[in-house]
Amino acid sequence: MKRAFRNASFAIGAVLSIALVAVAALSLIWTPHSPYEVNMAAKLLPPDASHWLGTDPYGRDIVSLLLVGARASIVVGMVAVGIGLIVGAALGLLASARRGWAEELIMRIADFGFAFPAILSAIMLTAVFGPGMVNAIIAIGIYNIPTFARITRASANAVWSREFVLAARACGKGAFSITMEHVLPNIASVLIVQATIRFAIAILAEAALSYLGLGTQPPQPSWGRMLSEAQSLMFQAPMLAVYPGFAIALAVLGLNLLGDGLRDRFDPRLARRR
Amino acid sequence: MALLEVSHLQVKLQTDRGPALAVRDVSFSLDRSDTLGLVGESGCGKSMTAMAIMGLLPEQAELAGSIRLDGQELISQGEDEMSRIRGNRIGMIFQEPMTALNPVHTIGDQVAEPLRLHRGVSAAHARKQAIALLDRVGIADAARRIDAYPHQFSGGQRQRVTIAMALACGPDLLIADEPTTALDVTVQKQILELLAGLVAERGMALMLISHDLGVVAQNVARTLVMYGGSVVESGPTESVFAHRMHPYTLGLFAARPALRSKKTERLATIPGTVPELADLPSGCPFAGRCCFTIAECHATVPPPYELEPGHQARCIRLEAVAAARSASAPAVDHPGREQAQ
Repeated sequence: MKRAFRNASFAIGAVLSIALVAVAALSLIWTPHSPYEVNMAAKLLPPDASHWLGTDPYGRDIVSLLLVGARASIVVGMVAVGIGLIVGAALGLLASARRGWAEELIMRIADFGFAFPAILSAIMLTAVFGPGMVNAIIAIGIYNIPTFARITRASANAVWSREFVLAARACGKGAFSITMEHVLPNIASVLIVQATIRFAIAILAEAALSYLGLGTQPPQPSWGRMLSEAQSLMFQAPMLAVYPGFAIALAVLGLNLLGDGLRDRFDPRLARRR
Repeated sequence: MALLEVSHLQVKLQTDRGPALAVRDVSFSLDRSDTLGLVGESGCGKSMTAMAIMGLLPEQAELAGSIRLDGQELISQGEDEMSRIRGNRIGMIFQEPMTALNPVHTIGDQVAEPLRLHRGVSAAHARKQAIALLDRVGIADAARRIDAYPHQFSGGQRQRVTIAMALACGPDLLIADEPTTALDVTVQKQILELLAGLVAERGMALMLISHDLGVVAQNVARTLVMYGGSVVESGPTESVFAHRMHPYTLGLFAARPALRSKKTERLATIPGTVPELADLPSGCPFAGRCCFTIAECHATVPPPYELEPGHQARCIRLEAVAAARSASAPAVDHPGREQAQ
């Protein structure tokens, strides 16, 4: 029963995540209308055969905007999580393998990073380097580094104190190969789950930055910008906010379910019951 | 020249309560095909001695004395050189077979690992050897089970796997740190028999660390009794068990439950508790708990006295202990024999 539920949620997560990627890929070759085509005569149309979800205040087709907006979300999520994961995990593993002053230094820098709220540090970065998608991605990525560094170090330290690491050292293995062969595989599930969750958070952060005008710039569509544009028309056209909001919610849900499912599959003790 | 020669080994640890001597002036030597037992209660320095030989002490530990493997000094070796010795010339097995294997790798990979690391053999060849090793340590159907994960094995089987891992490169010395403590008694016996068989067939030296007098009695030729970081009594196992010259050894034996004892009888205990290493007295470490203590005991660490060839005890009150023991004569029984009953 529990396993069936777990498999079902993994399947839903996988389907939603694949759908997100598929939609973004589709937008590269086809959209019902051009998402950049402004037509003031056709503004705020209700859904019809041509515009399945209607049009926005500039007469752009909402379906097309959503499709292209998925691209921004995926790019932001992948690159920002990639930066955070690679740099953060490397620092965390280094801290855990070296201990001593190296660990202290890395962790205190991570604490320093934690002291700034995500949005604040993103605003600072975009204020210095100018608003735009690339800077938003870098800002979110840098924000992710301390999180991954801390989680990696904590889980890696737990692995280092396990007896099989001592056994591996007694077999003559060095710190580097213990890190790669014993520590990393044992914390991979933690990192994967964290990566999918941070992916979801990155999508939200991009939406928030775009909402503040610091992320994706017009006319490039993004779910966050669609939300911010819908805000001024909250009472005239509430559905304008619902569509991108729903898209974000579905993507985040899918990634979280996928992360949970992956964690279960990566653990051989759980996988055996398949 | 002996295979392993440890002389005047001293390990100083930095604890919260200041520097502590975890191992003080430990000396022994071990030949190929020779077996040595280290007994003593928790914190007496037996594992620290083993870790010092492996070069796996915590980084802040300070080492003095000498550890020679085939004449090569190990204490001054760098990490790289020690890595080449560990798992290759010295193998080690640990107390907890449940945690000594990495849950995410197959047992085959883990047994083959030292071979690939030290011998640089191909994956296919290492796999073949791993199967042979697993077969030798008594894993039934090794060829099929080699791709199984540790959680699919029982505790005893896992200990067999860790033994196969430690033996992969054919080490000259095998250090077994409480190898059977986490196992139940029947499995314990099988594992000890396996170790004895391997020692005989490979001609390697075995250093068996245990707090179980029965395990030591039946499996090693020579025994070191440790207390407070120092070897209080050492000698041929038969002789140590028969004579028990040091008051601590005497106390250890008195504290054993005997099969014949009545239910209502309370076990004898050694008065007091093991002192913290940082607070060890300057003289004999056991002086505070010993019923033979005189003023001189607190003055200096007693030198080893030899009563019989190869049988030594660090105690200045040996005559008094011997007199007291012969006064209460019937207590002499051999724990090995008793275990066998």
